[in-house]
Amino acid sequence: MTASDRWLLPDGVEDILPPLASQIDALRRDILDQFQRWGYELVIPPLIEYLESLLTGTGNDLALQTFKLTDQLTGRMMGVRADMTPQAARIDAHTLRRPGVTRLCYGGHVLNTRPQHLLTGRTPIQAGCELFGSASPHADREVIQLMLSTVRRAGVADMHLDLAHVAIYQELIAASDFDRDTESAIFDAMRRQSLPELDELLGDCPNGTPGACLRQLARLSGGPEVLGKARTLLQDGPEKALKALDELTRMADGIAASCPDVALGFDFCELRGYNYHTGLVFAVYVPGHGQAVAQGGRYDAIGGDFGRARPATGFSADVRALVALGARPSIEKSGAIWAPVSDDPALARLVDELRETDTVIQALPDDSGDPESRGCDRQLVQNDGQWGIEPIES
Amino acid sequence: MSESITIALSKGRILEETLPLLAEAGIEPVDDIEKTRKLVFPTTDERVRLLIIRATDVPTYVQYGGADLGVTGKDVLMEHGGAGLYEPLDLNIARCKLMTAGPKEGGAPQGRLRVATKFVDLARQHYASQGRQADIIKLYGAMELAPILGLADEIVDIVDTGNTLRANGLEPRELISYISTRLIANRASMKMKHRDIHPIIEKMGAAVAASA
Repeated sequence: MTASDRWLLPDGVEDILPPLASQIDALRRDILDQFQRWGYELVIPPLIEYLESLLTGTGNDLALQTFKLTDQLTGRMMGVRADMTPQAARIDAHTLRRPGVTRLCYGGHVLNTRPQHLLTGRTPIQAGCELFGSASPHADREVIQLMLSTVRRAGVADMHLDLAHVAIYQELIAASDFDRDTESAIFDAMRRQSLPELDELLGDCPNGTPGACLRQLARLSGGPEVLGKARTLLQDGPEKALKALDELTRMADGIAASCPDVALGFDFCELRGYNYHTGLVFAVYVPGHGQAVAQGGRYDAIGGDFGRARPATGFSADVRALVALGARPSIEKSGAIWAPVSDDPALARLVDELRETDTVIQALPDDSGDPESRGCDRQLVQNDGQWGIEPIES
Repeated sequence: MSESITIALSKGRILEETLPLLAEAGIEPVDDIEKTRKLVFPTTDERVRLLIIRATDVPTYVQYGGADLGVTGKDVLMEHGGAGLYEPLDLNIARCKLMTAGPKEGGAPQGRLRVATKFVDLARQHYASQGRQADIIKLYGAMELAPILGLADEIVDIVDTGNTLRANGLEPRELISYISTRLIANRASMKMKHRDIHPIIEKMGAAVAASA
C-alpha cells in the first residue's frame, strides 16, 4: 500500500469543505423550507432498498446508474438510490395510500455509478418535489413554477425554461409502422438531433406521413415561434399528438404570462427519460452551463407498478450544482466571540447564554491559533470581576 | 441579445475543408491558424471564436459546454458515444470508411479473435453484433503493423483509398460504417443560443449543399 492509497477518494467522490459545505446546506434547507411553504410534505426515504422497488418502472438508464450490493440478511440484491423520485412514488402509491392529491418533497444524497453532471461528480445532493393524484395541467404548472422559483432562490436571474412533450414523438411513432430495429435507430437519431441520419432513415416517407412529420419536427427547435410551425406539420397527424401540442402551447402561454422574465424554448428532440415520462417534460438551463440545473416532468405510469396507478408530476435539482453556479449572494455572518481560558463558572454561564444567539469559540490552553483567524471579531474580557464583550483590536 | 459562440475545430484536413464552409457563414479566422501556436482565435465575426484542439477532444469540449459547436469525424463521435450532443449537420467532407482489415491470405484464427484498433467501443460493438467474441487491443496509430507482427488477427481502422493497407499486405474486409465530418452542438447551447446558432448551421448547410 502506497501512502496515496490511504487517502485517495474514488473518482467523482469528494469531501465538501468549509465554507462550501455550509453554503450547500443553507441552500438545501432554504429550498426544503420553500417546498414546505408550497404544501409539499417532507419525506426521508432510505438510502438503500431492494432493487425491485428502487428500479420499478424506471427503465434501463436508472438501472445502469445504480450501485448494487447484496443484503447479507436475505441474500437479495439491494441498490443505493440513484434518484429519489421512484422512492417518493413508492411512498405515495404504497406506503401513504392517501386518496386525492399528495405533495411530497425530499432532499438528500444520491449515488450515481457514472457522473451525470460535470459539477457534481457521482454524489449529487438531490432536492425535489413530486405531486401525485392530479392529471391536470394545473399540477404541471405548479411544479414548473416551483422549479423556477427554486432556481431563483439559488440567485439565478437569467433562466431558460425548456419545454417538451414526449407524447408527440410517442404518438407519431405509434402511428407509423417501422420495424423494431428502425424504430430504435430513429429514436437514437432523434435523441441526438442527428438530422443527416434522420434524413437517411425517414427520407423516403411521403409528405404528411408520421415519418415525414418526425423528420421535420426534429428540425424545429427554438423559441415560441416554432409552436406554430409544429401545428402546421401535425395538422393531419395523429389526434393525440396534436392534443399534446395543444397542452404544450397552453403551458407555454401560461408560463409566459406569469413569468415574463423567463426565456422559453422548445425542442422536439428532447426525449430525456423517455421510458418513464408520459407527458410534459421541462428543464431549466442557465447561460454558461452546458447542462440543465433542474428538470422534471409528468410520469403517470410508475405508480401502477407499486399497485396503485397515480398521475404524477415533479421535478428535482442538484443542490450542489445550484451552489456551483455561484450566483447566490454569500450570507454575511457576524463575527464570533472568543472566550479565553478560564475556570470561572461565571464565564461558563455567560458563554452558555451567549450561545443561544451568537457563536462563541472557547480558547484551549494548548491552542496557539489567534482569535481572528477563527473568524472572531469580539472577545470576552474580565474587568473588575465582571465578564464583558469587547471588540478585538487588530 | 447576442451571446458569444465558441466553435471547436481540429488541425489538419478537417480544418482545411471546414474553413471555406465557415467563411460562407461569415466566419473567418483573423490570424492564419497554421502559422501560430495559439489555440484560441478571434474571427471576422466578433461574437465567434475558434478553438483548435485535438480531434478526439472535440466531442468532450462540446459535451461539457466548453464549446457551443464543434467539427469532428463521425468515427470520433461514435467512439465517444455522443451523449449530450446534437449532430445537426453532415459537412460531407473527409469522407472515408470504417472497416475491418486483415492479412491477405489469413483465414479465421483458432479460438478468440484478436483485434487491434483505436476505436475500442466501436470494434467491440461490431464484433458483438456478429456474434463473435473478440479481444480488443488498444493502439494509438500504425494499426497495420499489428497483424504483421502477430499482435492481432484483424484491425479496425479508417480506410480512405486502401493504399496503406495494401502496402502492408492487408486487405479491407467488412464495412462497419461510412464516415464523414459532422457539425455537432452542445444541447444547452442549442436551446439557449438558437437565435445565433441556427443561422450558422443554415448557412453552412447551404454551402455543403452547393458544393455537393
